[in-house]
Amino acid sequence: MRATSLLRYLFLAVSLFAASAAHAVEPSEMLADQKLEARARTISAGLRCLVCQNQSIDDSNAPLAKDLRVIVRERLVAGDSDDAVRDYLVARYGEFILLKPPLNTGTILLWTATPAILAAALIVVFLRRRRPVRELADELTPEEAQKLAELLEKRGK
Amino acid sequence: MIVETGHYALVLALALALVQATLPLWGSRKNDPALMAMAPSAAIIQFILVAIAFGALTWAYLTSDFSLANVVQNSHSQKPLIYKLSGVWGNHEGSMLLWVLILAFFGALVAVGGRRTPQNLLATTLAVQGWISGAFLLFILLTSNPFARMLPPPAEGNDLNPILQDPGLAIHPPLLYLGYVGFSITFSFAAAALINGRIDAQWARYVRPWTLIAWIFLTLGIAMGSYWAYYTLGWGGFWFWDPVENASLMPWLAGTALLHSATVMEKRDALKIWTIFLAILAFSLSLLGTFLVRSGVLTSVHAFATDPQRGVFILAILVFFIGGSLALFALRGPLLKAGGIFAPVSREGALVLNNLLLTTSCATVFVGTLYPLALEALTGDKISVGPPFFNYTFVPLFVPIFLAMPLGQVLAWKRGDLLGAAQRLVVALIVAICGGLILAAMQGEPVISAVFAGLSLFVIVGAFVEIWGRISGGGLSPSVMFARATGLPWSAWGTAIAHAGVGVSLLGLAATGWGVEKILAMRPGDHVAVGPYEVTLDKVEPRPGPNYDETVAHMTIRSGGNAISTIEPSRKFYRARQMTTTDAGLRTFSLGQIYAVVTEQNSNGEIDVRLYWKPYVALIWIGAIIMALGGAISLADRRLRVGVARRARQAAMQPAE
Repeated sequence: MRATSLLRYLFLAVSLFAASAAHAVEPSEMLADQKLEARARTISAGLRCLVCQNQSIDDSNAPLAKDLRVIVRERLVAGDSDDAVRDYLVARYGEFILLKPPLNTGTILLWTATPAILAAALIVVFLRRRRPVRELADELTPEEAQKLAELLEKRGK
Repeated sequence: MIVETGHYALVLALALALVQATLPLWGSRKNDPALMAMAPSAAIIQFILVAIAFGALTWAYLTSDFSLANVVQNSHSQKPLIYKLSGVWGNHEGSMLLWVLILAFFGALVAVGGRRTPQNLLATTLAVQGWISGAFLLFILLTSNPFARMLPPPAEGNDLNPILQDPGLAIHPPLLYLGYVGFSITFSFAAAALINGRIDAQWARYVRPWTLIAWIFLTLGIAMGSYWAYYTLGWGGFWFWDPVENASLMPWLAGTALLHSATVMEKRDALKIWTIFLAILAFSLSLLGTFLVRSGVLTSVHAFATDPQRGVFILAILVFFIGGSLALFALRGPLLKAGGIFAPVSREGALVLNNLLLTTSCATVFVGTLYPLALEALTGDKISVGPPFFNYTFVPLFVPIFLAMPLGQVLAWKRGDLLGAAQRLVVALIVAICGGLILAAMQGEPVISAVFAGLSLFVIVGAFVEIWGRISGGGLSPSVMFARATGLPWSAWGTAIAHAGVGVSLLGLAATGWGVEKILAMRPGDHVAVGPYEVTLDKVEPRPGPNYDETVAHMTIRSGGNAISTIEPSRKFYRARQMTTTDAGLRTFSLGQIYAVVTEQNSNGEIDVRLYWKPYVALIWIGAIIMALGGAISLADRRLRVGVARRARQAAMQPAE
């Protein structure tokens, strides 16, 4: 598999697990246009219910979450793009509303932490390799051979 | 009177913990057998005392003794018996008491089971254990006393939070705590090894059963919590990357890494310093989890301020033990002699890779969980780190783990043959590709579900390739193969089964993509197709319960026109707390589940219904149970049984079989 397609699959995987979480959206709120509704669901899953403990507005039964779901749908019906809807809400509620923090000066450490830690760990393991592989010889040293012979002899008795 | 006895027993336990923390340690420095011999007795009596305290609190709950503030706040005379019992640990004070009870229980187990452990190591280990229990007993007595009276006593209690009134949550905390606290033993052994300055492969043998026990319970506890969230929170999600969930995942990841590095240490005398570090890390993360959950610092930053005493106290405990052990590690760690050598491509090399990826993922959870706190403290900016962040970082870390799991198992110790190992996995690869294609044909979109299902089959089949290689061989009769299979060490089977469990869970996760969701308003008589089934809403009616009122929707599930089952999703209104909860209607059909949730009835007689068909979803938790089973089988291995090590060494002096 080429690197680009592998990467694509990873991102698909990501969206798959993201989509497996939950839904508290109500039938009366849903849009008749299925494409728009699907977009609304995806956007909602990435927005935090601000008064809840770590729930997206798509998951939450809180009244505020319902209001936000309705706003998302109103903006979509008005013709906004997905990003425009998110920007509209960020302008009013701040970046706190985004469950996926945007990459900026405040979050650069967050997003780079995992690759940085993995790279650092790999470097440490590489540097701490204790001896080159060729020293793991298959033949025994004379001392080892002698000791083995002694042991075998002892066992034979 | 019973309550006072319990309170008094707790104070005595604290006094005894202090004795256990100091005298045996002194004895081990001075090589005084009498002082060292105090440790096991102190540990056992301490357990009895804490058990008396716990029993007294339980008694107060069972008899609805509303002169205790704790019972008033968390119980109700009409509450079903099981929730009166689980109410004991369904609150801050009681759950801390349970924490200490389990701590003392493990201490007593070490004292009883560790008779064959060298006295020096045993005494120091139990002394460290005494430090931990002393700190937490002090915490309970000073800031979280469950035995505080309330005068005058009210006639009725405030009831337990309805969300906690569930059989799943009745057993989830004890399981989780058995896991969390189980790592305290490994921690104490590690600290003792550092204090005594001695560590060898034998040490890994003493510690491995305790790590396994903790890991088994933590696995089960996390799975139980996840299943509870799945069926009670009402929308079918099972993992939310919630800080409280992350708090239990971090020790699990560190503990899993520890299990693997301890194997290398035991078999090859390598990775010693790293294993000690992981032992410290696993329990430190358990402490951190306890701190995050109990101080309330995570769910709301302000909860910390409302009860600063508790938060600061646990923080102090945290700093003392984590800081102290790391300082000890920095001081003594470099003195430990490094052991066996191995090539990069070898069983050890694969286990190092496993450790790298597991600890990196553990660090990722740590950063993701605490980053918002740190950022807000430093800049005042509030951000959310939600599921998308963890999905983006976790999937790329875990795909290599899944790919390497079967490979590592078939590599030889010391120096392996990568090509040969890959060839042995051809069968697993073929099964994975064929299975993935078949599932893709059966279930359709999305393709990625089929890809991950294929990967999970690779893990499952690959888990048994090594065992197959050991029992099969050119033209052996089935009876010979059976004899060989039963003759294998149990730990080999345990490894294979636990690894297969990981694959089974992954298959359940992969299949979530094939789920079907229907959200609609229904009237009685309406029916709707959900996946391969048809669900009919028969009627909606009220039903009284002991401490709640319930609205139940009766639904019939049909397959091909025949009614095959019924479900009753409901909403419960708890009178004492004026709170509503949803109870999902669940039915399992060949590993998949029909899942239904209802909201309150609208004025026009319609009821909002959410229906899901979740194929293979049960595998997520079945996989976790299989993992735990693998751990238990490994635990039953002769080699790990207490005292066997010494006898085995004696046996080794004589000619082998």
